[in-house]
Amino acid sequence: MKRALPWIVPALILLLWQVASGFGLIADQVMPAPTAVAEAFWRVARSGELLQDIEISTWRAFAGFAVGGGIGFALGMLNGLSGLSEKLTDSTLQMLRNIPHLALIPLVILWFGIGEEAKLFLVALGVFFPIYVNTLHGVRSVDRQLLEMGRAYGMSEGAIFWRVVFPGALPSIFVGLRYGLGIMWLTLIVAETISASSGIGYMAMNAREFMMVDVVVVSILIYAALGKLADSVARWLERTCLSWNPVYAEA
Amino acid sequence: MNVSLLDTALDTDLRVTSTGSTVSLRGVTKAFGAQTVLHGLDLDIPAGQVVAIVGRSGCGKSTLLRLLAGLDRPTAGTITIDGASSGWKDSVRLMFQEPRLLPWQSVAANVAVGLSHAPRGADRQRLAIEALTQVGLSGRAKEWPAVLSGGQKQRVALARALVSHPRILAFDEPLGALDALTRIEMQALIEQVWEDKGFTAIVVTHDVTEAVALADRILLLDAGRVAMDVTVDLPRPRRRGDPEAAAIEGRILDRLLGR
Repeated sequence: MKRALPWIVPALILLLWQVASGFGLIADQVMPAPTAVAEAFWRVARSGELLQDIEISTWRAFAGFAVGGGIGFALGMLNGLSGLSEKLTDSTLQMLRNIPHLALIPLVILWFGIGEEAKLFLVALGVFFPIYVNTLHGVRSVDRQLLEMGRAYGMSEGAIFWRVVFPGALPSIFVGLRYGLGIMWLTLIVAETISASSGIGYMAMNAREFMMVDVVVVSILIYAALGKLADSVARWLERTCLSWNPVYAEA
Repeated sequence: MNVSLLDTALDTDLRVTSTGSTVSLRGVTKAFGAQTVLHGLDLDIPAGQVVAIVGRSGCGKSTLLRLLAGLDRPTAGTITIDGASSGWKDSVRLMFQEPRLLPWQSVAANVAVGLSHAPRGADRQRLAIEALTQVGLSGRAKEWPAVLSGGQKQRVALARALVSHPRILAFDEPLGALDALTRIEMQALIEQVWEDKGFTAIVVTHDVTEAVALADRILLLDAGRVAMDVTVDLPRPRRRGDPEAAAIEGRILDRLLGR
């Protein structure tokens, strides 16, 4: 019963929506009934079109994430550990951070056209900053006393990094990871909607041209599901890796 | 090595000399910028002695401990341990006021930190469990430090310091953050492992009662110099509220308070 409690309101909304559509209170061109959306889902899923589009969108998302997140993580670590590197690059990066990456779309289209590179570049750029900022913050907030203990107990530099610095920064890195995943999908949605010849965003824009509102709604729901899935995986990883921390152990 | 010192040590207790180290400071000075914290300290600590260093905040007692633990280098002068002026960092273990356990490693893995690089694999685990048994926590090896009480965490820190069988154990206010009862238990535990292992112990504290309860000898540091060097020749285990101990405590407190 307790587990069912959070689902009551969504179920009621769905029911209300179905009934309102059935009585013609909501026009089909505005919002098709849940059953119609389910039918549309089944249609695009069976044609294989959906799976292909999910595949290409997911690939774009994670390729961009790997590039941007990888660079952000490396730079965050480097700047957290080396004062020289931080002085050299941090203020520049903080300035660039204030440019909304989506504002670069016209420029990116000029540079890369509407090919894959444009989308990868935008996703990588969007993901870079949250990962960078949180990794840097994590490394900086590592307990100085533990570092001193490591040195007093003769740990090598490598051991200090892997046993003290990295695990100490990990909670903050996970914050960056989850935030970055959100930005990853957001950026991809915008990029695919503006210019693409495949992917879920393309499916939605294509459906719009033919007034297939049900397929548009399916695309939106797929985006939501993918975002939720990525976040759930990140949360599971967080709980597993940070089980030493009572805050996560209870969750 | 000083022959006469070795002789007296042999007379008293062979076991003690087998594991403790002699510490000798000659003209040890430490300055941070323009501020000199230790002024040409000369000091000899025989093997296996428990030396308490007391003094007001900023008298240089923690600095002295950091020099001994190899975390800092003296500005001038030499520190020799068993006659060697370098390469002794691994024979000294430092216990801090806070447990400083790695929260993301199990209790046993935290103890194994004390082994630094020496043995691998199963041996590490066995030695860690052995050390945990000494401090009465062998049953908690697999747990996270977060579930332990303050006193238990400090006992794990003691096991971490003991696991490599150090010849010198340096304590920086190790009981400062514990409640009164846990302090008494911890004092007894430190005394017991010392009797068992015979390491040379250097205890920095600002609690004179604790110093008198634990130490063979109390050094009072004032402005970077040894202002008082008191031998505490009382039988162990020491009873709480012993009049002789109280007299020594009174003398030191008078000097500390400038009366």
